[in-house]
Amino acid sequence: MKELTFGQYYPQQSFVHKLNPSVKILLVIAYVVAVFLVKQFHFLGFAACFLVLIIATICARIPFFRILKSIKAVIFFIVLSAVIQIFFNKNGTPLWENGFITDQGLLSAAYIFCRIVLVVMGASLLTFTTSPVEIADGIEMLMYPLKWIKVPVHEFALIMSLALRLIPDLLDETDRIIKAQKSRGAEFESGNLFKRIKALVPVLVPLLIGSFRRAGSLADAMDARCYAGSKKRTRYKRLTVSYRDLLAFILIAGLVAGVVLLNGFYVLL
Amino acid sequence: MALINVENVSFSYDKKIKALKSVSLSVERGEYIAVIGHNGSGKSTLAKLLNGLMIADDGEIIVDGLSVREKKNLFEIRKRVGVVFQNPDNQIVASIVEDDVAFGPENLGIPRKEIGERIDFALNAVGMTEFRKSSPMRLSGGQKQRIAIAGVLALMPKVLVLDESTAMLDPKGRQEVLSVVKKLNKEKGVTVIAITHYMEEIVDADKVIVLDGGEIKMAGTPEEIFARRKELKDIGLEVPLSSFIAQKLIDLGVPVENVLTEDGLVEALCKL
Repeated sequence: MKELTFGQYYPQQSFVHKLNPSVKILLVIAYVVAVFLVKQFHFLGFAACFLVLIIATICARIPFFRILKSIKAVIFFIVLSAVIQIFFNKNGTPLWENGFITDQGLLSAAYIFCRIVLVVMGASLLTFTTSPVEIADGIEMLMYPLKWIKVPVHEFALIMSLALRLIPDLLDETDRIIKAQKSRGAEFESGNLFKRIKALVPVLVPLLIGSFRRAGSLADAMDARCYAGSKKRTRYKRLTVSYRDLLAFILIAGLVAGVVLLNGFYVLL
Repeated sequence: MALINVENVSFSYDKKIKALKSVSLSVERGEYIAVIGHNGSGKSTLAKLLNGLMIADDGEIIVDGLSVREKKNLFEIRKRVGVVFQNPDNQIVASIVEDDVAFGPENLGIPRKEIGERIDFALNAVGMTEFRKSSPMRLSGGQKQRIAIAGVLALMPKVLVLDESTAMLDPKGRQEVLSVVKKLNKEKGVTVIAITHYMEEIVDADKVIVLDGGEIKMAGTPEEIFARRKELKDIGLEVPLSSFIAQKLIDLGVPVENVLTEDGLVEALCKL
């Protein structure tokens, strides 16, 4: 349990790992926008997105099959949307006489398939190359402008990082409680769904009480270290923007521009 | 004037049972004070009163000339009195060692460059420099507690209060933490108030305060305290074995004075 890294962070020394996390988040958003900008059946646009994804994966020094595997989580969703397109899209000409599967339906299925797969792979590239802590830092930096409209950005960021910090501890504690309850004869692996859910109550109650207690002592420890909110607080960690971020930005900007151009190109055809 | 002055302080959690009854003590600069007592003696309550996490019902606590009762003093007092708690997991706030140590200085609003220097200083003082970029989760209990001490040291406190900071550690971790604290006291001149229920941990103190039922039962040097074995036993505290043997030997007429530790006993016996 101790070594558990939740999420799917893949530690590596690479160009992509070293990107500024907030820049990375923005670039992934831009990439997703690019994927969605690809007009219906303009598969060249998807090819461009895929090319960029491959380049990024190589730069991240992550085996490509790992990225592919990330699709597994949404495979049901992908198949379902493709199947719906195939069977229910009535546009276009039927492939067979009196058949209900049309050429348009197949194309739409392929289109949706490409779209989801590309988006999921792009997003997982972010979580593969950025640890949860970095993502939290990145989000904090992105939210910084909200300070102007009195959003307590610092407090949000602190809550987020404390939550991330406490997850492994809580997992540990859950493990301990389950073992303790098992040693007193609690059954977690047998019985129907209802029984199993009921069996979780003796785990959740101590866990909840324990986390309140934990939060209390953590608050004491923070008070003892002079925590007094965001007023006049300084920050040690600084996220810097380097030439890497510029290069990555150029790549993604190129992608978006390319997709837009391709869309225009198809219109000319 | 003493660095910390506690005068007739009383405190109760529920208005019925008093956790502290009219406790008075003073702490001089550079002193190493041990407060000992078993569970429910009021020793942890005392720790929380010293830096204003709780406010005494009666009596006065003055830290470096500042009254803990005044809310506006709390920030300055917490800067001077650093408290390290029992459970290392519940006082580490960040997922990377250096970020955690930086938490205190960040709260003080110290410029970034100086925070870096303070991290260097604090991690060096507890011997954890090589773990600067590690995750605290992967460290041992003793190492985590040293990080917690570093986090407090980065505030540059005048007093370090250890509220049973070794209670959850294995013997090795306890030894690590104790030697770090001793070094800080001797070499850096940090005033230490070590709260504990292990008799072994009070041998290095300049002054020992024995708490029982919220009252100070004894105060004096470790030698003086250990000599009152009977009274200690009455309040549920056992003197360490070596000290016990020495006492028995003295009773038998063997001159082994002022023995506190095993090494001390060996040395005294070899001199005979």
